[in-house]
Order: sequence, then structure tokens, then C-alpha cells
Amino acid sequence: MTSITVAETPLLRAVLARADDALVHAHRLSEWVGHAPMLEEDLALGNVALDLLGQARSLYTHAAAIEGLERSEDDLAYLRDAPQFRNLLLLEQPNGDFANTIVRLFLHAAFMLPWWKAAMSSTDATLAAIAAKAEKEAAYHVRHAGEWLIRLGDGTEESHRRSTEALDRLWRFTGEMFAIDAEEEPLIEAGVIPHPAIIRPAWDATVAHVLAEATLARPRDGWMQLGGRRGTHTEALGHLLAVMQHLQRAYPGASW
Amino acid sequence: MPEAHMPVWEVFIRARAGLAHRHAGSVHAPDAEMALQAARDTYTRRGEGLSIWVVPSAAITASDPVDKGSLFEPTADKIYRHPTFYEVPDEVGHM
Repeated sequence: MTSITVAETPLLRAVLARADDALVHAHRLSEWVGHAPMLEEDLALGNVALDLLGQARSLYTHAAAIEGLERSEDDLAYLRDAPQFRNLLLLEQPNGDFANTIVRLFLHAAFMLPWWKAAMSSTDATLAAIAAKAEKEAAYHVRHAGEWLIRLGDGTEESHRRSTEALDRLWRFTGEMFAIDAEEEPLIEAGVIPHPAIIRPAWDATVAHVLAEATLARPRDGWMQLGGRRGTHTEALGHLLAVMQHLQRAYPGASW
Repeated sequence: MPEAHMPVWEVFIRARAGLAHRHAGSVHAPDAEMALQAARDTYTRRGEGLSIWVVPSAAITASDPVDKGSLFEPTADKIYRHPTFYEVPDEVGHM
């Protein structure tokens, strides 16, 4: 089926960006189902993936309403090509080993918990309602990933090494969470989405606390890779979308 | 994964306020906090619980099946222990 292109207003792009974050991360976590190190963790990662998928659905439905073209959440998820996706580069990175997956989840959940808390008072009533539900889910994601990271970092020599490598590998993508596009500024001023600067102290504190318990060193804030919000993705996203979108592209409108 | 690193925990869940915790099953976890999370993720996915207990399986002392006769059979002929010999007046209603 032909791809669709969305004519984005700043508001539409902001909502799509968070929807894409949730969907892409949910897909990555779902790749663990049947492959996690133990049955209990298989269910745990599946649960987190389903929380994120639920957030994505609410956000895409909201985006479709803003767009006003009677497109569905599925159209937005399955019929846009990679350059139209607005997700953070961090979330499309391949799962790697278990430590890499946990570090990616922790770094993002520690950002989303205060973000959703702030978004609960958004002037966009739908976004505020989605935030009220997502905030509780994010709190559990921080707890689960944080407790795992503490055990991996402060575990065996091998788990410590793998956690350190994961932090070093993914740290360059954390700057994108705090970057703002010029076109987002009016939305921030209007109280639609929170300014990332107000999220920073909570994120720094959570990261500092967990890394200290995990006996892991915080990587130095060096050069940060940006681009996801503008649709300039790493090669990982195209492969992810090929799998995720295949069915709707091959059998348009398929449902069951 | 070696049993020493991932011991088994018994999971008890309370479905509603006022009810007792009931045994739901077991999970593997390295320690108590992770056992709680594993129990939450394994046994409360459909809104089953308001409260979770986890107990190391090793902390449970179980009766030996071999002792079944001496432990349980002596009660078989003591039917007077069942409160079925009393007439309950209608006015009492639900007991």
C-alpha cells in the first residue's frame, strides 16, 4: 500500500513524536517475548511493552483527531515511512543483550515519569488524561528497570561489564530527550507540553541514585546524536519498521 | 540459571480488602524485591490483586505425605465436629 505523509502542525508533530516513542519502544521490547532470560522476565518485558503500546494507541488516536482527516491509529502506525517517524533515536536502538535493553528502558523511563507528571497539567485535556494513566505505568517501568540495573551493575564481573558497555553505547542518545525544536517553543509556552529543562533535575537525581547503587559510573556528557525528532534516523529503524509494518503493507486493511 | 542465584518464592495474593491472601503460585527471583515484581508481572496481569506477599519456598515446612495416616485419618470418624447437628431458627437468617 502507498505510504501516507502527514502534514504536520507543531502540535500534531509533538503528539506524533510521543506516540512514535511509545510504539517503537514497545516493538523493541516485544522482540524479547519468548527470548527473555527467564519466564518471569518474559512476562515483565511483555507487560511494559503492552503499557507502551496502550500509550501509543491513545496518542495516535489523539493525533488522528488533531489531523482531522479521518485516519486511524493504524494508518499512522503502519503507513508512514521511516523519515516520517519522530521517535527518539535511543528507542530504536537494537535490543542487544539484556543489560542493553534494561539500560535503554531505564534511561527513558526515568525521563518519562517526570514528563508525564508534568503533562498531567497540560492545557491539552486529552494529553493530560493520557498522562494521568501513563504516569503510573512509567513509575513501574522506572522501578523494574532500576532494580534490574542495580543488580546487574552490582552483580557479577560480567554483568557489571555489560552494563557499563550499554551505558557507554546509549549515553550519546540521551541528549535528544532534552533538546527542543524551535517550533515546540510556542507549545511549551502555551502549557501543552513540559519544557524538558524542568524534567532534567528529576532525571539526573534518578540516574545518580540508581547508578550509585549499581556501582556504575555515569558516562561523561560528550557529543550527543540528534535527529530522530526530524526524521533522520539510524539504520535500525528501517529494519524495525519492515517487520512491524509488513502485514499492513502486504495485506492493506487486514484485521482479525 | 543456578538455583542458588534464582531461588523459588511462593506468591500469595489478596484479591480484595477483607479477604485473606491466597496462594497463587511460585516465581524465580534473585531476592525479595525482584520476587515481588515477578509476582506482580506473573499473577496480577488481569486485575487479580490488591496486595502481594512473597515467601522463600525454603522457609516453608511441609508435612510429609508418609504421615498422612497418622495426621489426618483420626478425624474421619469424628463427624460431631461438623456443626451440622444444630437446628438454626429461621429468624437468625444468614449466619
